[in-house]
Amino acid sequence: MIDSSLQPVQLLSLDGERMPRPDFDSWVEDLDGAALLALYRDMVVVRRLDTEATALQRQGELGLWPPLLGQEAAQVGSARALRSDDFAFPSYRENAVAYCRGVKLTDIVKVWRGNAQSGWDPYTVNLATPAIIIGAQTLHATGWALGAQRDEVDSVAIAYFGDGATSEGDVNEAMVFAASFQAPVVFFCQNNHWAISEPVGVQAHRNIADRAPGFGIPSLRVDGNDVIAVLAATRIALDRARTGGGPTFVEAVTYRMGPHTTADDPTRYRDPAELAAWKTRDPLLRLHRLLTSLGEITPEVEEATAALADAAAVELRAGCIGMPDPEPLSVFDHVYVTPNATLERQRTDYAGYLTSFGGAEQSGAEQNGKA
Amino acid sequence: MTMTTLMTPATVSTVPGLAVPAYTDPAPTPLRETKTLTMGKAINEGLRQAMLDDPRVVLLGEDIGALGGVFRVTSDLLAQFGARRVIDTPLAESAIIGTAVGLAYRGYRPVCEIQFDGFIFPGFDQIVSQVAKFHYRTQGAVRMPITIRVPFGGGIGAAEHHSESPEAYFTHTSGLRVIAVSNAQDAYSLIRQAIASDDPVLYFEPKRRYHVKGEVVPELGTPMDQAVIVRPGTDVTLLAYGALVSTARDAALAALDEGVSIEVIDLRSLSPVDYAVVEASVQKTGRLVVTHEAAQSGGLGGEIIATVTERCFSYLEAAPVRVTGFDVPYPPAKLESHHLPDLDRILDGVDRVMGRR
Repeated sequence: MIDSSLQPVQLLSLDGERMPRPDFDSWVEDLDGAALLALYRDMVVVRRLDTEATALQRQGELGLWPPLLGQEAAQVGSARALRSDDFAFPSYRENAVAYCRGVKLTDIVKVWRGNAQSGWDPYTVNLATPAIIIGAQTLHATGWALGAQRDEVDSVAIAYFGDGATSEGDVNEAMVFAASFQAPVVFFCQNNHWAISEPVGVQAHRNIADRAPGFGIPSLRVDGNDVIAVLAATRIALDRARTGGGPTFVEAVTYRMGPHTTADDPTRYRDPAELAAWKTRDPLLRLHRLLTSLGEITPEVEEATAALADAAAVELRAGCIGMPDPEPLSVFDHVYVTPNATLERQRTDYAGYLTSFGGAEQSGAEQNGKA
Repeated sequence: MTMTTLMTPATVSTVPGLAVPAYTDPAPTPLRETKTLTMGKAINEGLRQAMLDDPRVVLLGEDIGALGGVFRVTSDLLAQFGARRVIDTPLAESAIIGTAVGLAYRGYRPVCEIQFDGFIFPGFDQIVSQVAKFHYRTQGAVRMPITIRVPFGGGIGAAEHHSESPEAYFTHTSGLRVIAVSNAQDAYSLIRQAIASDDPVLYFEPKRRYHVKGEVVPELGTPMDQAVIVRPGTDVTLLAYGALVSTARDAALAALDEGVSIEVIDLRSLSPVDYAVVEASVQKTGRLVVTHEAAQSGGLGGEIIATVTERCFSYLEAAPVRVTGFDVPYPPAKLESHHLPDLDRILDGVDRVMGRR
């Protein structure tokens, strides 16, 4: 449950009512019905993609999948606040961020199918390859921000990480560096309450947002299931960074409604009542209520949104299943930029070994299939 | 009650920011002609030239600014290039490496100084899990042209964590290039080559040779992945790197008195190893001794001997020999002379490979 002395900023009630807050409202004034509907559409699509990816894992098409169920508002709201020249450094669960940055759907699951260690070229979408080492990417974001500062551009780095990562040395070191050099970086923490089986109380004895001011970094604590509040908070943080204000820490209080990954079993450690309580805070539900009250939701809109989500799921599935296996000898590719004699020798030896099974005319891929 | 939404720090500390310290002296002229320099100064000149060559080169490290580093290797660079490019960092090795990764992501060529060999381990994860793997991970999309300078080795009577030889942790890590310099000329040339490399480079500086002088020609010199025969010979191939190259040369001279001709090879590149030069030498001599300060088990010597044995077995006249530090944590200063290979222990190894004892 959200147990806080400082209640997270909320701009959208559970009933879907827009709650006025003078200090935040000006940041989301532009959100008309169409813009809100666009955010809703994003959230519906990413939830559908998430469901499809989980199904693909269950069917043996993906090795693993880290569901984002429940965190749609935190991810969509923050990602939609970014400019294209900003650079995001995600963890492995930010698949909605990847979607918003324009990563091809098939590329989102490439890593989880085991075809590559990175699904996309980071420079094409200004989204780093997801970090699996917890918290490591916060330093990369800070370093990138130091570069932007030196280049005298107003692009901003944003680091995504979870409540568990805040215990890592790297996250704390990143905040020290960012504060010392006033780096244009946003620390975006999705407190989803669980680090696999460890509740947030194991990581933090106080609100996570309370920590940042000790580093000299202002912080915001927002309802992470309120897409409007998340968008506003991220815009505030980005604006501070862009205008020389330095780093900002945003704690988006949300909830991981699914397992840590498809290999996890939350029934072993989580009270079902807690999940039930968070279901009432579902990020899609309350935005749907607002849109309904605004008259934006019509049967046609519902139908079109569902069709869009289904089409995305079909594309994801087809792309996933149709993905060709990598060539065996590509295992040696890109270890170094400069040719490396020791490695080239291993490549040549292994190519010879593969050829020894089936004659020179047979390709390595066919060999692999037979093995 | 209205709450302050943005929790602000109670006190905002003064931020060093990008202020450039008072700059009085004219910029030092870069090395333009052959000069006799200490190894430390040679690295300094190499860094200066690399920074003049490429505005994307930035230095990060502890005490590298006004102090010029604890070994003064970065002396005067802050005054010449300013705090945007010579960055005195907070005391956090993981962040020194991790922010270098972010700078490299943006096209910079960071040069990180790790203050002492034994201080590299807080940065180990970022080196092994990030720096080494990014190019492979991204199928060539993201390059990590990062140079990590590490003063290494013992023999200076230092406290714990100040005399270690951690190179094998890095030669075991795919994606990194590892070099160790032994003299002023290589120190100058190879720091420039390392910085120009599109692959990440661990650059090991033998700290007990910092003050040894040598002639330095302001050229890029022999490519950094090549081993160099520093003294030709016919009976035994003796491989060394870093501070022990000088000891190996002394050993070769001493062995002449006993009628043994030693070919001394300065390995220079520890990853990849230049096996072409090593194999050619062993095929000539039939005998191999490898020496390093690092512990024996799992060390580079074992790997080189295994590879040479695989490739040159029929040429070998005797089992190759390792002369290395023992499998102990680096000992206290009063014991380090027993741990470090010296001239006599190298000669003892030569005797063994010659079947003289």
